[in-house]
Amino acid sequence: MSTEASTAEGSEAASNGKTPLLEADHVKLYFPVRTGVLVDRTVAHVHAVDDVSVHLNEGETLGIVGESGSGKTTLARCMVRLLEPTDGALRFRGRDITHLGRRELDPIRREVQLVFQDPVSSLNPRKRVGQIIGTPLRLHGMERDKARRRVRELLDRVGLNPEHINRFPHEFSGGQRQRIGIARALAVDPRLIVLDEPVSALDVSIQAQVINLLDDLQDDFGLSYVLIAHDLSVVRHVSDWIGVMYLGKLMELSPAKELYAKPIHPYTEALLGAIPIPDPEENRARERLVIGGEPPNPIDPPSGCVFHTRCPRATEICSQVEPPLAKYANGHLAACHHPLSVSEDEISAATRSRLSPLSSGRLMPSGEEAPAAADEIDAAPQSEESDGSKLGQLRRRLPI
Amino acid sequence: MAERLLDVEGLKVSFVTDEGVVQAVDGASFTLDRGEVVAIVGESGSGKSVSVMTLMGLTRGPNARFGGSARLRGEELVTATEEELEHIRGKEIAMIFQDPISSLSPVHRVGDQIIEQIRAHEDVSKAAAMDRAVDLMERVGIPRARDRARAYPHEFSGGMRQRVMIAMALSLSPSVLIADEPTTALDVTIQAQILQEVRKLREESDSGVLFVTHDLGVVADIADRVVVMYAGQIVEQGTLDEVFYDPQHPYTWGLLGSVTRMDREPPKRLPAIPGQPPSLVSPPEGCHFRPRCPHAFDRCTELPSLESRVAEAKEHLDRCWLTVAEKREKREVNGRIGLSSETVVA
Repeated sequence: MSTEASTAEGSEAASNGKTPLLEADHVKLYFPVRTGVLVDRTVAHVHAVDDVSVHLNEGETLGIVGESGSGKTTLARCMVRLLEPTDGALRFRGRDITHLGRRELDPIRREVQLVFQDPVSSLNPRKRVGQIIGTPLRLHGMERDKARRRVRELLDRVGLNPEHINRFPHEFSGGQRQRIGIARALAVDPRLIVLDEPVSALDVSIQAQVINLLDDLQDDFGLSYVLIAHDLSVVRHVSDWIGVMYLGKLMELSPAKELYAKPIHPYTEALLGAIPIPDPEENRARERLVIGGEPPNPIDPPSGCVFHTRCPRATEICSQVEPPLAKYANGHLAACHHPLSVSEDEISAATRSRLSPLSSGRLMPSGEEAPAAADEIDAAPQSEESDGSKLGQLRRRLPI
Repeated sequence: MAERLLDVEGLKVSFVTDEGVVQAVDGASFTLDRGEVVAIVGESGSGKSVSVMTLMGLTRGPNARFGGSARLRGEELVTATEEELEHIRGKEIAMIFQDPISSLSPVHRVGDQIIEQIRAHEDVSKAAAMDRAVDLMERVGIPRARDRARAYPHEFSGGMRQRVMIAMALSLSPSVLIADEPTTALDVTIQAQILQEVRKLREESDSGVLFVTHDLGVVADIADRVVVMYAGQIVEQGTLDEVFYDPQHPYTWGLLGSVTRMDREPPKRLPAIPGQPPSLVSPPEGCHFRPRCPHAFDRCTELPSLESRVAEAKEHLDRCWLTVAEKREKREVNGRIGLSSETVVA
């Protein structure tokens, strides 16, 4: 399955010549499904993350949105290398970290921190706040007194009372506990914080407080964020780029502003349409777009476009050819044969993105073949790209 | 006028704990008529769930204390005996919970669970009950219902489980349906499907629905009337349009302000309500929202009563001392409704 190992060529082509802070290059993560009593047999794989490429520049925020089972959390865990990808490459500042061991990862762990969704289970109930936040500092060799001073600073910075340094997690509310989690992540001066649904367990009014705090911290420390969320409302505020995932695949990647005004993928539109508008009159006036069905089984994902089983625009071709990520204006990418909110001209001007899954076809939304390597002329020729086109040619023979 | 189903008056629920007496619900009064959807809105700890669970006798326990009254078509629920409640539960009032996996038995087939409920209240044959169960499951959008009735809850997805819960709740055509955050645990596209089912139900049957939620978007989507709760008390209630377009309580402004709108340009800063909800063991003196309210003034140390303050809307009640004119002026922040202050008090 995972033979075409992606090597690190052409990575710096991502955006204006700068090396991105973090880069995921055709990352796959398949979880084996095992059965058997004495001898384990792998009978299938859960395609949790299936060939996703994204990158994040310094100081930017990448929002990743998807429903349960879309692979967003697995992708986040790959990014901080809590999981080792099955295939593909992860690069941090251009350095390949895909298969690094524990010790080699140590310096990177200091720069990349993770904040978890559940502020209750991610803090040790037996430890005082001072210890929770101070441990990473002590681990990195800071003396006790200095660490304690630093913890007080951090508490103050995230809007908690430094006097509470000796309290236990249960003495804090959910929003405050999430602040403790953020302070702990900040302790080691990271460059990148991966936030896995940081506010979804909190009340609406408290969510806004935490999001505003994250916004401030980013400005003050020049942090980069990867923000995972299950709907499009939270990520909007802080993201520069938003990726929409479905069943392990990247469906759309867009500058944050543009996504809401101009969703190209029908799934993105469905996600937007599913969020109720808190305005009774507009709610009565609007036509509801409710997509039926449920996400299919990631052990046996549908052929072609994974969304075709629920998509209102799906046609024959969608079940046969996996759409490549087409690149529209402003770097807006979408993997769909029948794109929304783009004109004929925009469709014909679109090119096949280098980030397209290797298994995707070469057929572009216009119904025409993408010329080989039309996209990113500055991209170095890649061996796996030709692999991709070979696969594409195989797909092309299917009746369309 | 539609028949009055529920009449809750001065309902009080408190729990005795080691830390003191938690006043979870402090004098809540509201009504529910046939054919209407009343949404109860509030954050965690506001007493919204405790209020509705008390109607079904689900908050009873050695440490619980009750006061006030809640009548279902004139019949008292707060002091009803367990036997009386058994007749009411399922038959008269049915409930859909937030978490369908823990509300269904994991070791019984879902069809059997629905049948059991039907046969507990009505003298029908197993086969007839099964037909009805399948019929209900189809009605709430479960495909291949006859096969699926033989499946166990773990074989269903979250959204499908919630449909099973709804089918079960509807099995005896109750006059009151209580939905306690029925879509909170679901993905947005599935939430949209479930809300559509609830809307369809309201059109098809004439039961009254009490819908508990923290999500104002969902409220705007399905409610006729809205009850806003904060720290165990109702701070505002009125029709959907009254509460959304002429909100009278600063807490409601804060709630409305902190909702993100997908169809608008986002504001530079997300409007937040400063501070934390108060402890229910020793709530602040006077208006419970006072410590978080940027508009509080000296009179707020005295608790305002829940009454109609808007001259032209007699049913629109709120608990705030500000005059209506003051409120209409103060609630506007950058051209939309919100709480002005943005300082974060930890």
